[in-house]
Order: sequence, then C-alpha cells, then structure tokens
Amino acid sequence: MSSDVMAIQSADAAGRSWTEVLHEWVTTVDHKRLGILYILYALIFLVIGGIEAAVIRIQLMRPNNDFVSPQVFNRMFTMHGTTMIFFVTMPVLFGFANYLVPLMIGARDMAFPRLNAFSFWLTALGGFLLYFSFVGGSGLYGAGNAPDVGWWAYAPLASRAFSPGHSSDYWTIALLVSGFGSIGTAINIIATVLCMRCPGMKLSRMPLLAWLNLVMSGMVLIAITPLSAAQIMLLVDRYLGGHFFDTQAGGSAPLWMHFFWIFGHPEVYILVIPAFAFLSEIIPVFSRKPIFGYPVMVAATVAIGLVSTSVWAHHMFSIGMNSYANGFFAITTMAVGIPTGIKIFNWIGTMWGGKIEFKVPMLFCIGFLFQFLIAGLTGIMQAAAPFDWQLTLSYFVVAHFHYVIVGGILFALFGAFYYWYPKMTGRMLSESLGRLHFWLFLIGFHLTFDLMHIPGMLGMPRRIYTYEPRPAWGILNLLVTIGAFIQGIAVLVFVWNLIFSYFKGQKAGNDPWDAWTLEWSVSSPPPAYNFASIPVVASRRPLWDLKHPEDPDSRYE
Amino acid sequence: MSAITTSLAGTPVAWKLPYRGRVGMACLIVAESSIFTIFVVAYLFYLGKSLSGPTPREVLETPIFYTICLLSSSLTIHFAGKLLERGKRIAFLSLWLLTIVLGGLFMYGTGHEWHRLIYEHGLTISTNLFGTTYYSIVGLHAFHVTVGLVMLCTVLIFGLASRVSVDQSRRIDVLSMYWHFVDAVWVVVFTVVYIVGR
Repeated sequence: MSSDVMAIQSADAAGRSWTEVLHEWVTTVDHKRLGILYILYALIFLVIGGIEAAVIRIQLMRPNNDFVSPQVFNRMFTMHGTTMIFFVTMPVLFGFANYLVPLMIGARDMAFPRLNAFSFWLTALGGFLLYFSFVGGSGLYGAGNAPDVGWWAYAPLASRAFSPGHSSDYWTIALLVSGFGSIGTAINIIATVLCMRCPGMKLSRMPLLAWLNLVMSGMVLIAITPLSAAQIMLLVDRYLGGHFFDTQAGGSAPLWMHFFWIFGHPEVYILVIPAFAFLSEIIPVFSRKPIFGYPVMVAATVAIGLVSTSVWAHHMFSIGMNSYANGFFAITTMAVGIPTGIKIFNWIGTMWGGKIEFKVPMLFCIGFLFQFLIAGLTGIMQAAAPFDWQLTLSYFVVAHFHYVIVGGILFALFGAFYYWYPKMTGRMLSESLGRLHFWLFLIGFHLTFDLMHIPGMLGMPRRIYTYEPRPAWGILNLLVTIGAFIQGIAVLVFVWNLIFSYFKGQKAGNDPWDAWTLEWSVSSPPPAYNFASIPVVASRRPLWDLKHPEDPDSRYE
Repeated sequence: MSAITTSLAGTPVAWKLPYRGRVGMACLIVAESSIFTIFVVAYLFYLGKSLSGPTPREVLETPIFYTICLLSSSLTIHFAGKLLERGKRIAFLSLWLLTIVLGGLFMYGTGHEWHRLIYEHGLTISTNLFGTTYYSIVGLHAFHVTVGLVMLCTVLIFGLASRVSVDQSRRIDVLSMYWHFVDAVWVVVFTVVYIVGR
C-alpha cells in the first residue's frame, strides 16, 4: 500500500515523461483511477455507438433511402445495441461504482484491487475484440464484416450456416470476456460493501448508492452468467459442431431466446438500479432534505432485484407460449411496477417541501422522473400479452426501451457527471454549458423518442433498412432523425464542457454542493489513500453531523 | 476542510466485518452455480430429443468409484485445513497431497470414460444432442476440477517450500470452499446425468 502511495504521489510531480504517465495508468490498481478509466472508456464507445445511431437515422430519414446498404445497416444496429449496452452503459456505471463506493463507505480501496484492474482490462479487451471484427471478422469468407445478427443473436441466425466467417465469433467472445469482467467487478463491489465499511457504518447507515450497487452486483452474479453459459453453448455449436441451437438436429431455437432473456431482462435493471442510486444521492442534496423512506427504498430495490429475475419471457410473447406462461410473465412484469412506483413516490416525497435548488444535476434528475415514468407506463402497456402481440418488433418497442435507457439511465448518468465531476477533477463543470446541454438534450430526446412511438403504432417494424412511402412515415422519421442530431449536438456540448472545465473550470473545493456523504469530506480529487485516518460515523449523514454538532442526525437514529 | 477528516476519525468502536476472501468466494460460487444451472436446464430439456443414437441408457456407465474419490476429497481437504489451523504442517501436507491424488483419480476416471465413449461407441460432441449436452456439462465440471487441481498443486509447491503456515489458514479456507463447491456440483451433475438422465 505505502509503495503505491509513493508511486502516485511522485506521479503528481511535474516533469514526467508521457511513457511514465501511461505506465502508471496502465498498471494502476487504485479504484479511483480504474473508475476514471472505465468512464473514459465508456465515453469513447458512447461516441462510436452514437455515430452508428446517426448512420441508422440518416438511412431511415426518408423512404427508399440508400445511404447505406442493407448489409451495413444490419451491422450498424447490431453494433449500436451491443456497444451501448455492454461497452457504454455497463462500464460507465461500474466506473462510478468503483470510484464512489469505497469513498462513500469510508474505505481506502476496493476489497480486491488487483481483481479490479483485471476486470477493467477484460472489459476493455472485450470492446477491442468486438470492434476488431470490422477488420478480422471475415475470416476466410470474403469481405470484411462486423456482427450483423442483432444484439440478441437469435438462433439459428447466429449458427455457422447463416453467419459464416468470424463476425459472430467476435461478438460471442467479446461478450463472454467482458461478462467475466463484469462478474469480477460485481464480486469486488459486494466484498467491498460487506467487508470494508468504516467503523459505525452499519448496513442501515450506508448511503443508498452503496446499497443499490450491492443489489445491482448481486443481480450481475445471477443474470450475466446465464449469458456467459449461452455464449459457451453457441461457441460449442459454432466450433465443435454441437447442436444446442441447431434445429436440424433436434436443437431448440426458443431455448436460446430463454437463455438470452434470462440475462436480457435483469440486465435492464442492472443498468437502471445504479441510475436509481444516483437519484437517491442527488435529489436529497438539492432538495436540502434527507431521503424520504430510506428503508423502503432499500426494500423496494431488493424487491425489484428479485421480481425482475422472473419476467424475462415478456420479450417472447409472440413465439407462442401457452396461456399460463403468458399470464405468469404478464403478471410478474406488471408487479415490477409496484416497487418502482414506490421509488418514484419516495423521490417526490424527498422533494416535497424541500428547498429545491435547480442546479444542472437536479435538472437531469427531474427529467429522469418524468421520462422514466412514461417509459414505465409504455412498459406496463406491453406487459399485457395481447397488446404486445400487436406492437412487438415494431418501432413502438424501440421507442419504449430507448425511453428507459436514454430518458432514464442516460439522464441520471448526466446528472451524476455534473454532480461528481468536481470530486473527480477538482473543478466544477460549467453551469451555463450544462444548462445548454440539458435543454438541447431534452428537446432532442423528446423529438426523437416521443415521435418514434407513432410509426411503431402505424406498423413500422424495427430493423428494416428502408420503407415504402406511406402517409406520415416519411415526415415522422425525418423529425426523429432531426431529434437524434439535436441530441448529438447536446452530447458534443457536454464533451466540450468536460474538456473545457477540466482546464478552465471554477475550483470546486472539497464540498461544493454542501452534501452529506463521506466522499465530500476529502479533498477534490481525493488523495490516493482516500482517508488519512479511517472515519467513524454515527448516522446516515456523517457530514451533516459534523456541520451541525448542535443537532446531529445520530440523535434521531 | 481537513479539519473535517480529523474530526470524523473518532475512537474506533467495536467493529468486526466478514473476511473479504470468504465473501468473494461465496459470490463466485453464486455466479458459477448460475452457469451450471443453465447447463443443467439444457441437459434436462434435451433429454430424449436426440434424433439419432447412441442414447444415455445404451452407453453410460455409472462412475461410482471415481465419484467416491471426488466426494471423499472434500473430507480430506476439510481436515487438512483443520490441521493447518493447529499448526501441524506435515499432516496438513500429506492430507493435501491425498486430496490432489483423489481429484486426479477423478479426472482419470473422466478421461477414461470419454475415451471409451469416443472409441467404443463413437459418441462425440457433434454426434447428437446427447453428445453435445453430455460433453458440455461434464466437460465444464471437469474444467472446474482441473482449475481446482492447479490451485491445489500451487499450494502444495508452496507448502513443500515451507511457505504455508497458520498465517495462510484463512486463504486455504477460501480455496477449500471452492473445492467443496466443485464436489457439490458433481453431486448435481451425477444425479442429472447418471440417474435422472437414464
């Protein structure tokens, strides 16, 4: 430990060569540096995935467009989906968890620092493998290509016969490798939360962010692994001539669907629970009130975690399951709405009667509340199997899950960036650029994804590379594309803000938001060892106790 | 602001948390169980769905001796750990070696069975659904046994170099958690493949 500290302190001295800096970052086992690596890595893939989305939207801008070929279009939506889920959202959330969890629970690092570095580099290797398919995917079979089987890779489309070359192999191995990275990080987060808390930090006093990441990590353990198992089976089929998903030899295509969605649906909650965690930290601080209903928030999160593992087949209503299965999965899906609703009420309860400060992090959180509610409502609509039969595989579904992931998770993430950037860099993000980013993104988001529901209801299927001119289809798709570009501009404003503020931003100090959790008690950015001496806490808001010794929270617990 | 840090650091209260190694291994076991569950589901789902032979009933023979070997290795590793806690290094090393021998015997048994299936019955992973699911699930388990044996041998080498003492007892404990898990998985695989599956 002490040699690490020495190394990092000497790293801060001026006049190092860039190779030394690079060496320090590549070999680091510091949770803060790894967190930042995760986040930067995810931001790079966010831009790549965004460019793929732009290609998709330009192609669909008008009827009978021929901006890209159907083959390229297939690769674009496959790569867009895979990239955004596995190489943007997962790593950025792990990055924040890595950075924040030890600081919030008063620990000096994660439980297994080297496993932490190993997990990051596995994830990084996964992303590299996925994109290497653009040059290496063809194998011996002709032109270079990337995976083009959709991010579900349904059988038998992903089998040797229908997906020659190595594009699907790169997809499989990329997800397998990054999946092992995710499992490593999840193990690390759980061990950190359970074994590394500072004295006095009982589970019932832990910041909600740590609690929610604990639940999320538990879900990673039981939800990512079925995907890994299914990927191993797919590799057995493709390389060893196995028959798991080979319908010609008695194999079952729906079995792949089940295995994929046993992973796929909990995955949505793995992504959204950390977003809930950001809201649960940001909303109280900007409402100047403690979180409303702390134990209920924890219980609701655990309930979401449990129920969401038994809803997966609502992605498969249209394959012809029997009515008992349809009924079961419809009911469980609707049941998830209950704990989620409890959470929304608790956030509103926190804001209710508070002195709300409309700073940029809070703006994004309020945007989240409205948009996540709508996303949840369209989700409940599709939980009804007969309704789903009408709209599944249409742009309505695409609009629904983008509402969750962009309108919900990405908004919460932007809020988290504005809230914790000062801690990570020591400088504030520009408030005016932040407002510009928020409003541009909000307008672009609603233009794109509100309107996208309509072509879906008019019958526009997802994953088509073009369409015939029909009433309203052309203009709606044009507006959707314009909205996508407004979002793109907003993201550029955000990236500019990140870079500009890093050099010119206002100095943040330790505690710019007058917040209450332990990460704000140390300098910004925190020293390598986090806490000079391990803190001792007596309530859920240790910094409140410190700032208000006359009326500490610990008196009421 | 550094005043905040110092004033947060009060006198330590009585504070005991679980050992991170045990928690980490328990998490890994949960994750691994989930992987094996998927393979077990696939095995059960595809029972009797092969379009051609051979079938499990025709070719599988119950490996009772090798199963006893593997399961008793759980006992030997448990007592080896206990002996190390009491500082009896030589006894620890001999029981540890016995564990490796028992695990190695089990692997020999698996290899022998595969050799027989491949060369006498022509059953490979690509023959039919039974072959695919059988070699996958047994192979996945055998892979885990192999990983376990590599770790056990590592400890043995360190032990022979007199580097394993009471201080490493907790870590040895974590490794034996893994080994118990591998044995428990075999109980499930054995039941599914050799009892239910026939």
